[in-house]
Amino acid sequence: MDALGLLRPGASVSGLPAAHTPGAATGFALGDHAGRAQAAPAAEPGVVASTASGPLQRRFQPYQNNGGTVLAVAGKGFCVVASDTRLGLGYSIPSRKVSRILKMTDKVVLASSGMQADMLTLHKTLRMRLVQYQQTHQKHMSLTAASQMLSNMLYTRRFFPYYTFNVLGGIDENGEGWAYGYDAIGSHEKVSAVCSGTGQTLIQPVLDNQIEFKQQWGAPKVDLSLEATVELIRDAFTSAGERDIYTGDFVEICKITKDGVDVEEFQLKLD
Amino acid sequence: MASAPSLDFLSTSFSLSRTDDARLTPLQQGTSSAIALPMVDQPANFLRDAFAGASEKDRLHFAHGTTTLAFVFQGGIIAAVDSRASMGQYVGSGTVKKIIEINPYLLGTMAGGAADCSFWERDLGRRCRLYQLRNKQRISVAAASKLLANTVYGYKGMGLSMGTMIMGWDVSGPHLHYVDSEGTRLKGHKFSVGSGSTYAYGVLDAGYSWDMGVEEAITLARRSIYHATHRDAASGGVINVYHVKEGGWVKISSDDMMIIHEQVKAEKKLVDDATAAALGTTAEAGEGAAAGSPPDPTSAQDTGDASAASRGNVPPPASAT
Repeated sequence: MDALGLLRPGASVSGLPAAHTPGAATGFALGDHAGRAQAAPAAEPGVVASTASGPLQRRFQPYQNNGGTVLAVAGKGFCVVASDTRLGLGYSIPSRKVSRILKMTDKVVLASSGMQADMLTLHKTLRMRLVQYQQTHQKHMSLTAASQMLSNMLYTRRFFPYYTFNVLGGIDENGEGWAYGYDAIGSHEKVSAVCSGTGQTLIQPVLDNQIEFKQQWGAPKVDLSLEATVELIRDAFTSAGERDIYTGDFVEICKITKDGVDVEEFQLKLD
Repeated sequence: MASAPSLDFLSTSFSLSRTDDARLTPLQQGTSSAIALPMVDQPANFLRDAFAGASEKDRLHFAHGTTTLAFVFQGGIIAAVDSRASMGQYVGSGTVKKIIEINPYLLGTMAGGAADCSFWERDLGRRCRLYQLRNKQRISVAAASKLLANTVYGYKGMGLSMGTMIMGWDVSGPHLHYVDSEGTRLKGHKFSVGSGSTYAYGVLDAGYSWDMGVEEAITLARRSIYHATHRDAASGGVINVYHVKEGGWVKISSDDMMIIHEQVKAEKKLVDDATAAALGTTAEAGEGAAAGSPPDPTSAQDTGDASAASRGNVPPPASAT
């Protein structure tokens, strides 16, 4: 490795030559100077970026999008939280079986898509807070308490957000099933059905139509049973897997009822 | 060292802290309620720079809220909002509650960043409660809005996006203040905030008078939001209306904007029919003769509505109220 490799246009923080073109989906670099896009990737070692393009800056690259789709659908006395298990990075698939789901209590389940590293840290921190709550209050966190806590935790990172798209689902104190959708900094809303992640634009309209009966003025609203909901979710993931490259491999489905959390898994296409 | 759960939430304010790995353990970092700043030279620019070179699909979009309005009149304060939250191009939600019930006698609205508004107005509710417990009397609207304005001023320049109206009825009467994330705090009788505010102002200013009756004021507020949702792409969904009276606030209505659309259309038709009848001509000929007006683009929409209504995805036509 040449000593001046770090000064080459397009050099990455780790010192290895950048194999990708600027703006590729492998990640987004900070502080790229204006001339980077025009600089030839095969520039010779020792050639410093031309002064016409501005100073070469390299900064900490904090984020990457690992893809994935998560959803939560609530019904009468139950809630189903599901996520796919594919870890994507650019055009590669580093893993086919990562879990995006955190079982918080017997009645509350969280699923997060986005950046895997932030998801792991968020889940770890949540587990700490759950234990603290349990030990202080001598009871498990309820769904409403957990939903507000997650919102506050995300907001404390308002200026350096967790790159996660969360959905929370479960049974509240009255035995009703509810789902919560979040944005990256904690704006949340209680709903019946929500989907987040790379397959969001493919699945959310289906949930609006089949679960919420949005804008269907004449049709009577039908409450789906747990089995019918799970069937709908399987179909939704199968279809999303066809049209979204980051969704696929396996789907973890958590069914939350008053009897607890039951996890099942089914396979999607591995392409 | 965190030997007991942190009681930071009881302190009077959220403080900025630099999370320094050498000083804070992961447990402390994760459980502290202090707002964390990135450990870089210019934290205010960090978030903007992080996505400077990113493609649109990788960029972080936060939920943004859009058209809100409130005005004071002889019968109190009316507040009306839409319910759409957009995240970039995607509609994050069509059912956002943009009127935030801070406590039974104070309301706040949400425009700009949804998380920023919900978080800081909830924090405002906490501080109003502390004030009430310490001073044995309710906080005034002016003081409450000032608390909020001073809080967000501490984060000025860091990218908070919040345009809110704080309203209530305290011992000195009904008050309305506009507060935003730049630190602006204005007292007034009539405000509209958000991307659709210009449309709402047009209708609101045209119909407003201090001596309006309550029903008239509610209808005016609802119509103003409806016209904003009609023309602004980032506004839509359901129109929520609240009324602040001497004893506190009360929720008036929550109507899908298409229902209001049908009402407005039915009213216009009544007026057109009445005009045509007065002119002694049929309705169709009357429209053609009426000052040679250009063909109304919404007339094409009418046929669309008729077939859509038979499919069932628009509300049934309403009779004019």
